[in-house]
Amino acid sequence: MSDDQNYPAPADKRLTEDEVVSRLSSGMTIGIGGWGSRRKPMSLVRAILRSDLTDLHLVTFGGPEVGMLCAAGKVAHLTFAFVAPDVGPAAILEPHFRAARQSGAIECTELDEGMLLLGLQAAAWRVPFLPTRVGLGSDLHLVNPGLATVRSPYPGPDGGEGEELIAQPAIELDAALCHLNVGDSRGNAAFTGPDLYFDDLMLEATRDGGRFISVERLVATDGLVEAAGDVTRLRVSRMFVDGVVEAPNGAHPTSCDPDRPRDEAFQKEYLATAKDPADWEAFRSRWLSFATEAEYQAALATRSNEENQP
Amino acid sequence: MTSTDLSGLVARADVCAVAVADCFRGDGEILANPIGTIPMIGGRLARATWEPDLMMTDGEAALIANDAAVPARADRVFETWNPYRRMFDVVWSGRRHVMMGATQVDRYGNQNIAALGGTPTRPRTQLLGFRGAPGNTINDVTSYWVPAHGPKVFVEAVDVVTGVGYDRAAALGETAARFHEIRRVVSNLGVFDFETPDHSMRIRSLHPGVTVDEVVAATGFELVIPDEIPTSRLPTPDELRLLDEVIDPAGTRHREVPDPT
Repeated sequence: MSDDQNYPAPADKRLTEDEVVSRLSSGMTIGIGGWGSRRKPMSLVRAILRSDLTDLHLVTFGGPEVGMLCAAGKVAHLTFAFVAPDVGPAAILEPHFRAARQSGAIECTELDEGMLLLGLQAAAWRVPFLPTRVGLGSDLHLVNPGLATVRSPYPGPDGGEGEELIAQPAIELDAALCHLNVGDSRGNAAFTGPDLYFDDLMLEATRDGGRFISVERLVATDGLVEAAGDVTRLRVSRMFVDGVVEAPNGAHPTSCDPDRPRDEAFQKEYLATAKDPADWEAFRSRWLSFATEAEYQAALATRSNEENQP
Repeated sequence: MTSTDLSGLVARADVCAVAVADCFRGDGEILANPIGTIPMIGGRLARATWEPDLMMTDGEAALIANDAAVPARADRVFETWNPYRRMFDVVWSGRRHVMMGATQVDRYGNQNIAALGGTPTRPRTQLLGFRGAPGNTINDVTSYWVPAHGPKVFVEAVDVVTGVGYDRAAALGETAARFHEIRRVVSNLGVFDFETPDHSMRIRSLHPGVTVDEVVAATGFELVIPDEIPTSRLPTPDELRLLDEVIDPAGTRHREVPDPT
């Protein structure tokens, strides 16, 4: 540091949820990080829910954010390979997403999970498509009529004509929203749970100015490695981040391992709201209509205390 | 009923578990990726016995060495980190045999887990979506597990092809389909394969106590029925011990497939 020079200060990218949403606009294509009901940027989703944004195109390995935004009428288009509260042996279905798809309320681009990875990777690498065998022979072309094939310019495995492969187009995002465990004010961040999912690719597939993360906790840059546990966990770099929100419990009700488990009771309450529009309106009124994330978290804390009474 | 009816002597879930295990016979050092309660138990059984080099998941983001189907988190013995990103590297390398579920499956092994009825873009009943089924079936050996065999699952034609069957693979041609293989379908009634001239589904064996008529009635298309139908093999005493004491001491497999009443 020099006294007689006026050097610029490093960028401080801290924002609130509502400041992030003020940088979004209706009609945008927005990538959402996490996977199923795991490590979803729900405090940012709640900010969208209380905004007047509409006509959004979501790109996601989908969980409750899809159901909530569909039920609230925010979604015009969805690019997805699955939407489920959880996936795996105990896989169950997302009722609000199902209602939106079955009623024709949303347009869909349906993909194999791996094609979603390739589409994001192509956008991140600034190429128009990536070739893959994935999708050949399936009915994906019926649900995704724009899907084209490409002929390899190189000889096939038998020395003859090149193979015909699916050309998964780049999925370019206007904005990306991801929730990580720990970060700094400049936008570096780490995942400390079992899986990064595709959060880094979501951010890298997004145009400049649209890349936002929330984190469980902010630390100084020189405390990142200690907070993350190891340098190999620092997988989101500030080159690909335009804004960072400190959002403790921001993934609620989804899990944020190892900091927070999924709130099973809350998720169950949410999943039960698809049977009757009045149930959804009551849920939205009670839980998704606070003016700020802080009020939501305060209400949650009160609820937890009530439940813990003998 | 047949003269070799052993149905009172062995639990149906145990027969299913060894039938699943036998699907992985000869697979060697690949990712055995059975999805579901009995599939995971059967896969662990194969590795604990005659396929010791198989690799298997913890159901989340690691490959673990444990024999227990669902070990306590703190007890997991990690072999490698296998987050979703890495899973696609494994799938696209061909070093995987997945056993998936199927909402619908047809005679050529086409599978549907995405949606029922309506049109492809506006289904009457939306299910999970395509998930990874197209990529799994075009890149790797695939088997299916159906815990409740019935005519709404084994159908003449699936509503949406998520997993690619043999007729679709044939239409693609030898080059595009060179990594495609649907090895088995294991259900609560029997074991089925595609080892017929046109790769249509054949009864490979029926579980003890299951009759041909029962399976035919529970199947919505015409199965290939061989002249001699073997009875699915029974677990060995050591396999039973492993199932009861090591792999699934809580008996979760009996809840997924209860004994017939």
